[in-house]
Amino acid sequence: MSKQDFKILGTRPIRPDGLDKVTGKAMFGADKSVTGMLHARILRSPHAHAEIVSIDTSKAKALPGVKAVITGADFDELKNRWTGYTSQNCMAQDRALYDGHAVAAVAAISKSIAAAALKLIEVEYNLLPHVTDVDEAMKPGAPVLHVGVKARKLGDEVSGNTVGYYSFGHGDLETGFAEADEVIERSFKTAATHQGYIEPHACLADLGSDGRGELWCSTQGHYNVRLICAEILDIEESQLRVTASEIGGGFGGKTTVFIEPVALMLSRKSGKPVKAVMTRDEVFRASGPTMSSSMDIKIGMSKDGRITAAQAKLRYQGGAFPYQMVMMGAMSAFAAYDLDHVQSEGWDVMTNRPKMISYRAPGAPMAVYAVEAVVDELCQKLELDPIDTRLKNAAREGTKSSYGPTFKAIGLVDALEAAKAHPHYSAPLAENTGRGVSCGFWFNFGGQVSVSMAINADGTVNLIEGNPDIGGSRASISMMAAEALGIPLDRIRTIVGDTASVGFSDVTDGSRVTFAVGIATINAANAAIKEMCKRAAMIWEIDEDAVEWVDGAAQPTGHNAGEFPPMSLAEIAAVSGKTGGPIAGHHEGAPDKAGVSFGVHLVDVEVDPETGFTAVKRYTAFQDVGKAIHPAYVEGQIQGGAVQGIGWALNEEYIYGEDGRLQNPGFLDYRIPVASDLPMIDPVIIEVPNPGHPFGVRGCGETAIVPPLAAVSNGVSRAIGTRMFELPMSPPKILKAIG
Amino acid sequence: MARVVIFGSLRAFTGGVGEVEIEAKNTRVLLQKLSEQFEGLRETIAAGVSLAIDGEVFKEAWFTPIDEDSEVVVMPLMVGG
Amino acid sequence: MSKIHVSTYVNGDAVEFLCEPGETLLDVLRDRLNLTGAKEGCGTGDCGACSVMLDGRLVASCLVLGAEVEGSAVETVEGIATDDALHPVQKKLLEHAALQCGICTPGIVVAAKALLEKNADPSEEEVRYWLAGNLCRCTGYDKIIRAVLDAAAEMRGVSA
Repeated sequence: MSKQDFKILGTRPIRPDGLDKVTGKAMFGADKSVTGMLHARILRSPHAHAEIVSIDTSKAKALPGVKAVITGADFDELKNRWTGYTSQNCMAQDRALYDGHAVAAVAAISKSIAAAALKLIEVEYNLLPHVTDVDEAMKPGAPVLHVGVKARKLGDEVSGNTVGYYSFGHGDLETGFAEADEVIERSFKTAATHQGYIEPHACLADLGSDGRGELWCSTQGHYNVRLICAEILDIEESQLRVTASEIGGGFGGKTTVFIEPVALMLSRKSGKPVKAVMTRDEVFRASGPTMSSSMDIKIGMSKDGRITAAQAKLRYQGGAFPYQMVMMGAMSAFAAYDLDHVQSEGWDVMTNRPKMISYRAPGAPMAVYAVEAVVDELCQKLELDPIDTRLKNAAREGTKSSYGPTFKAIGLVDALEAAKAHPHYSAPLAENTGRGVSCGFWFNFGGQVSVSMAINADGTVNLIEGNPDIGGSRASISMMAAEALGIPLDRIRTIVGDTASVGFSDVTDGSRVTFAVGIATINAANAAIKEMCKRAAMIWEIDEDAVEWVDGAAQPTGHNAGEFPPMSLAEIAAVSGKTGGPIAGHHEGAPDKAGVSFGVHLVDVEVDPETGFTAVKRYTAFQDVGKAIHPAYVEGQIQGGAVQGIGWALNEEYIYGEDGRLQNPGFLDYRIPVASDLPMIDPVIIEVPNPGHPFGVRGCGETAIVPPLAAVSNGVSRAIGTRMFELPMSPPKILKAIG
Repeated sequence: MARVVIFGSLRAFTGGVGEVEIEAKNTRVLLQKLSEQFEGLRETIAAGVSLAIDGEVFKEAWFTPIDEDSEVVVMPLMVGG
Repeated sequence: MSKIHVSTYVNGDAVEFLCEPGETLLDVLRDRLNLTGAKEGCGTGDCGACSVMLDGRLVASCLVLGAEVEGSAVETVEGIATDDALHPVQKKLLEHAALQCGICTPGIVVAAKALLEKNADPSEEEVRYWLAGNLCRCTGYDKIIRAVLDAAAEMRGVSA
């Protein structure tokens, strides 16, 4: 697919929601209030694992100002076991399964009365043995969280907490390892991390006894929220209208529900609207962090740098309910390489921790970290250049991937070559500084979308779509619509509709929106164009087929068709009321053929041998995005993902005590990168168009978090002269490694 | 006949069979026939699987056409974040 | 427990409100005065999303009690743009695409404006350390720093 000439795509207009966001007008989840609204507070278990013997809510109910109190008893058992787990996670049934698990909730006329009411709820717990470490939880004899959900075909060598087993690969490992000149086998651990969105979960729920409800919430997917809540509350989906607020960060963590069913339940019980907002403490303890991992990697390489065999064993823990995620890690672990002999295996394990949910390229960062660390160690051992070695083994168009499909056009080699040629790669290294390299990969997805486009009589356009904007997608969608229609960008306004206003859309995740909603937008535009050409044809009294759309106007296809000056969109729209009625285009679909994206990151890190402190001195991130619709937003995604990865590599971790309680549920001790930690992050956009999208778009949001963990770890390892095998590499751990 | 490759872990439900040939004009027919041939796969297929047809990944689309000599890889369902 | 009556100035306007003794200034701004620009990201003074100016000083409003601002002057993000113009910091944040989700943006606007009033020509390092108390999870800070340096240059009357 050749590079196209675009008028609007590739430019950097100011985002349409920008003014509201710099002036404080934009309405996020907690910013909406209505008259008569109550405030919710949730009581949470202080124990990692306990039987709930009894809950006495009588005193809380009797407190003046308290209008409703609920417990697990108010939640019915559900037919769908997966929604059942979500429901149980929102409110415990017979057992509290982690420190922070909700056990009761109140709604009161003020925040302070709600807080006081919580203190009056008496819960009798019977403590049970708990387990928080993934390897400990897999051992036979470990306390089992749910009975009967063990992965089929797994034997007694693993406990009942092992809910998933996956295996991918091809070839024969024994043959491959025999061919190697050097084989390195290492074990790695990564701690659980949190998406770290600055906006806590928040919602405003209003559910009547007639089953009709309104829900305002901060979410990445309001249709998914509707689906889950309708099932939990036993109401019709069509009767629950969910509106997505502006969202203050999600990164996957807001693709499910935590407090929404609780707020709806309290609203129905009290007959009033209920506002529920999580505190930061609750966000850490009771929303959805990502998995912690324990991994074994074995890679064989010939002395000239060819990977002859590669094997990964990944054990992830995902918290207190059955889930599926290690598969994504197992699939992405070796995706960057063209291998004859490869195998990845993965196990999903339950522990007494909050239930995991997606975090930007879920499952991939830890797996790729471990693989890229071993590749780097092999390069060091064999004295090979890290980029040349990766080029030697890189997946290309036509490579059969380690996870099954054969790649179409991909940009990994382009990214590697750009990295090799970049001044960063040849810049001299200062003292105590090491340079780390890593590849990264993400699948990117398509999924269901609905777009509705109205051509207004004044020649402007209103577009409604169903995907909450977490990265600037309203800007990109408007740009694609303008490009497709051939009109200036400022004539278009794109909004995210509520669930009652536009058709179903899958969650904003999987780096899918620019791709999928983009396709729907182009199709909707084409539908509107077809109608406008038809109207022009009617006015000119020529055949519909004799009219074409060029540069935002209808014109006859040739001299034979007739000599008529072009009619612009605005001109056609102005008389639409007289030519048949309002003009619109819409498209509903489930596009596939999303293109995978590869990234390569380079980082220079300086480690202070006295304090173990790591300073990131220089960072360059190369990524194939297919086509950058709005380059500044694409750069922003790359930069943001890279910095989350830096935090994951250097500081961020969930710390559990012996008692199974989370010790650092706050931003002071859960240390995400701050402005003074970092240099500028240089993004280099590579564009190898995705043949599956009219404009060549690939998803770009997730890939950027995959390379930094290994890039930083490889840099630190080289700086201190000792390989590191655990994340985060906080100063005490580095000092210990230096010895 | 399309060549259908079944992923490592899904082979637990096919008695270890990793590759079969199935005549199917679209993915829906293919999945139906797979469910009939391997009872153990039925629940997994009903819950949802991802498919790669000649290298392109599809989530669930029933009516995606399959060519005569296509290679179809059946994988567990994939999600993002 | 009866509420406390407070008279103060917010964004130049004389304002009165009633609040509970334990209510923070952040709670008051958001729940009583309908000024939801300042955000609660953590409630413990760690994230900076609640940044406001109190008598010319940059503070975390979640660490100030509502009752404490009796007779004071509070400036929030809502008071920064004038009737017809954005402040250069606001303008440059938009031009540089220095916001993604926008939740940290009000705090950054308030904090950056405070910096530039103290130091008209900050270095990159000075900007980074000044904004170290404003957490952003989306941008990696790069474009924010560029935007603030560019705003400083514009305010000094030079091109960046």
